[in-house]
Amino acid sequence: MYYRKTNILGTIDWLIILLYIVLVSAGWLSICGASYEYDNVSLFNPSGRPGSQLIWIGLSFLIIFVILMLDADFYSVFSYFIYGGVILLLIATIFLAPDIKGSRSWLVIGSLRIQPAEFAKFATALALAKFMSSYGFKLGTFKNFGLCLGIIFFPMLCILLQKETGSALVYLAFFLVLYREGMSGYILLAGISAVVFFVVSLKYSDVMAGITPLGELLVLCLIQAGILLLTAIVVRQRTNLQTKILLGGTATVYLAAYIVSLFIPVNFALVTRGLIGISCCYLIFLSVKQWMGHYVMIVLFALLSVGFLYSVDYVFDEVLEPHQQMRIKVSLGLEDDPSGAGYNVNQSIIAIGSGGLTGKGFLNGTQTKLKYVPEQDTDFIFCTVGEEQGFAGSTAVLLLFTVLIIRLIMLSEKQKTIFGRIYGYCVASIFFFHLLINIGMVIGITPVIGIPLPFFSYGGSSLWGFTILLFVFLRIDATRKER
Amino acid sequence: MTNTKYEFENRRYILSGAVILVVIVFIIRLFYLQVIENEYKAWADSNAFLKKTLYPSRGMIYDRHDKLLVFNQQAYDVMLIMREIKPFDTLDFCSTVGITKELFVKRIADIKNRRLNPGYSSYVPQVFMNQLSAQDYGVLQEKLYKFPGFYIQNRTIREYEYPYAAHVLGNIGQVNKRDIEQNSYYVQGDNSGRSGIERSYEEVLRGEKGVEILLRDAHGRIKGKYEDGKYDVAPVSGKNLTLSLDMDLQAYGEKLMQNKLGSIVMIEPSTGEVLCMVSTPTYDPNMLVGRQRGRNHALLESDPLKPLFDRAIMASYPPGSTFKPAMGLIFLQEEVITPETMYSCGHGYPVLGGKPACHGHFSPLNLAPAIATSCNAFFCWGLRDMIDSRKRYPSVQDGFDVWRNYMLNMGYGRPLGLDLPGEKGGSIPTSKMYDKFYRGRWSSSTIISIAIGQGEVLATPLQICNLAATIANRGYFYTPHVVKSIEDGQLDAVYTERRSSTIDAKHYACLAEGMRNAVTGGTCRRAALPDISVCGKTGTSENPHGKDHSIFMGFAPYENPQVAISVLVENAGFGATYAVPIAKLMLQKYLYGKIQDSDQYLEESIVNTPILPRNVL
Repeated sequence: MYYRKTNILGTIDWLIILLYIVLVSAGWLSICGASYEYDNVSLFNPSGRPGSQLIWIGLSFLIIFVILMLDADFYSVFSYFIYGGVILLLIATIFLAPDIKGSRSWLVIGSLRIQPAEFAKFATALALAKFMSSYGFKLGTFKNFGLCLGIIFFPMLCILLQKETGSALVYLAFFLVLYREGMSGYILLAGISAVVFFVVSLKYSDVMAGITPLGELLVLCLIQAGILLLTAIVVRQRTNLQTKILLGGTATVYLAAYIVSLFIPVNFALVTRGLIGISCCYLIFLSVKQWMGHYVMIVLFALLSVGFLYSVDYVFDEVLEPHQQMRIKVSLGLEDDPSGAGYNVNQSIIAIGSGGLTGKGFLNGTQTKLKYVPEQDTDFIFCTVGEEQGFAGSTAVLLLFTVLIIRLIMLSEKQKTIFGRIYGYCVASIFFFHLLINIGMVIGITPVIGIPLPFFSYGGSSLWGFTILLFVFLRIDATRKER
Repeated sequence: MTNTKYEFENRRYILSGAVILVVIVFIIRLFYLQVIENEYKAWADSNAFLKKTLYPSRGMIYDRHDKLLVFNQQAYDVMLIMREIKPFDTLDFCSTVGITKELFVKRIADIKNRRLNPGYSSYVPQVFMNQLSAQDYGVLQEKLYKFPGFYIQNRTIREYEYPYAAHVLGNIGQVNKRDIEQNSYYVQGDNSGRSGIERSYEEVLRGEKGVEILLRDAHGRIKGKYEDGKYDVAPVSGKNLTLSLDMDLQAYGEKLMQNKLGSIVMIEPSTGEVLCMVSTPTYDPNMLVGRQRGRNHALLESDPLKPLFDRAIMASYPPGSTFKPAMGLIFLQEEVITPETMYSCGHGYPVLGGKPACHGHFSPLNLAPAIATSCNAFFCWGLRDMIDSRKRYPSVQDGFDVWRNYMLNMGYGRPLGLDLPGEKGGSIPTSKMYDKFYRGRWSSSTIISIAIGQGEVLATPLQICNLAATIANRGYFYTPHVVKSIEDGQLDAVYTERRSSTIDAKHYACLAEGMRNAVTGGTCRRAALPDISVCGKTGTSENPHGKDHSIFMGFAPYENPQVAISVLVENAGFGATYAVPIAKLMLQKYLYGKIQDSDQYLEESIVNTPILPRNVL
């Protein structure tokens, strides 16, 4: 155990504190705009949302004080206890929580409602950091990697059982941390590819070009392009011969297919499938010849991708629930349903779009004030920013978040302990994931997945969850200069 | 503890790059949504704003003695906002407003049909039904809470104090699809003037609509005024109009003309103000008000006597002998004749073997007696000496063009510019037209019928009256108009500017004398009044379809003219038979304010004599 040797005020990162204060203030103003009632003008009335959010904000400064007073090593030492405690709370929630709008994630104690899932992120980050910084830890071993996944997936599973799909998906953010700590890029690539292939093949599933199904062709071409790109990366250090052979072969096959297609109709998807097969055979030949595992990985990537492609439709139709199918279809622009599933997104785009360059001004937004956007003070809070502060304001908010995340990454890299670095990356990744999904959803890019925008969305649990997440890192970071 | 995993340090750049890439994509998307695409603003407005139209009250109309002629009465339109409709008891609704279920379904379909209703929006109030009666309104108002989405819009409709002057006053009706497309002021369900003063002074009478911008939340509840009414616009009431019409005179004219086809036009020569403008058959303007408007309009439209047709300004007749004063004036101005020039008449025009024929009077004769006796030959001679004279004009065409120009200046051949819609211009032929007819070979003899106001010459009763006014003024006239003044406004300058006939004032003395003589001892002796020196000219308009039309044109008094008049009775034969006594009664009514006892019998007989085309009787 170390004792504090210097004043924390001298070593803490004031930039992040400043960003925190600015974001929380901007968030509170947005909640004022979103929950402003014509009949009830008082913003400070504690029974109204701005008023109670003000109380949460006040209490979060108390939490910050406590966090900063505790010793930095406290978090490292007690991380497993905290993790265990939160997991117990999560499990208890599944059974104790009442059903609120189909979700069982809220623990109700008197008039207080808390959502343990919001605190589980910080606990999981601590446990993951603690485990990965333990002596002799190597991510490469099957056992260690499996345990890491276990730490991540266990709370995720609990939250899924609470029917909070959105909050559960946030745990995928930890894969970015694993990547930073040495997880193979192929896993990340596979995950991202799966999402992209899923989206592309669904989006173009019914479009035909001649006798070629366009969606299938596009995904197959992406796979072939992936093979080429990966091969190029793998053989980069040596001669480029193999890449040239693959590239030349691909071009030849397509040229031949094109010429043939002038006379008889050709299914280009079929041609590409054949091409991928030939490429795989060539890569296996290379891997045997040069005794290089990377080629096998590329082949594996290609085969899994193709397999994934042909199971998308099955998964989509058979595995997903109808309302999930609808949400995905609407966000891909396949369905236009402004009064049903598309209503939220439609209204939120109208609200944001009507803001213009400089916005309508604080408390002057008509769409948000008149409650056209559902969930406008929680998940869709960014609409208020878009409508009242316009392009200028929403870009400013985005840039503030960007600075915050980049600053977190920079500070993480400066950490002298592996624990500090991993925890820092966890914080940065979670903020990034929330920003990506929440704002992406509000502006109609990503599917509607209900997760809050940090510091903006109304709610004590969410605000405290992010505050604890951030300030534990700041506390850890503050000791960097002490040692 | 030290950091040992340097090999993966570079991955921070990949992760930071991913963050920056995502943010850039978001900013581009926001830029597109907020700055490039403008549609969302309008969309948001249509979400949030309920624009409630505030209708101005339409201006009222008075006659020249400030008698109220047209005013407003309350009417109630049933409006609906499609988006706000929730399931309700349709049958109850239908029975409340007195329609069938089928009509209800059809109305809803029509409102939603963008072809019939181009301005349709499910957010904007649409007219479901017009002009509910006060009784139905009362019942519906009480039940309105049961029918979400339905509203009642107060509107005003017109009420006419007198059943007269329908053609002048006109009426208002709902704007049609074309009006809405042409003028963005109107929306479906608005009224606008469809004819008469209501139409020509539409923009003065209607005022300006106001708007109240209310905020509506996602559930359709009104949450107050937008920006405390900063952008609201108060309606501007329409301006009141005072007509030059004398309603008593108009009513009397319509009474005299009942069961006859034709018109009476009276103008105050010193101002060009139209004192009365009767066109019969006519109708009660109250017929074209309210919900029965459509049915009654169709009824009037199908009437073979065409009551909707304003004969005073839309019908063109050969002016007959009333054209002769205009001919005489041109001859004097062009020095074809002097007041002393004599022409011979042997029961007709000798040059063409006694055609056109004439009646018994002394011969030869000069201009004033020729007017008084309405000698045909005199004006044929005159036309011959004018346009056939190669000393005056290089060709017959040139001579004719000079003649035509004077006619146009006197107000013939083109609409005079009366402030009512639909005025026709009659017809004055052109030399080109004759060149085409006669392949360039023509002379006065070829076109001789125009000398006596028949043939290709056509004029409206208004133009005939205007000639009388010009002679009364001895050489100029004001563009006739029926609106005397606009409240807080100025009459168009064209109605206050003198228009010269381009014929010298001195030539008029002779004409006026001739017309005076016609009354004292010529063709229209029956128009003579004690104390007042009436001047007049009869005319018979040849009618190829039946009996000739009877015309009188005149002014009074001779010395200081106060009124010019033209009377035209269709199918009544000679001018003297009906047009003259009607004119006599009208002049009495205007100048005395009453009918002298000795003429009571005349009045009764005129009123009781129907003169209608044979196929109608």
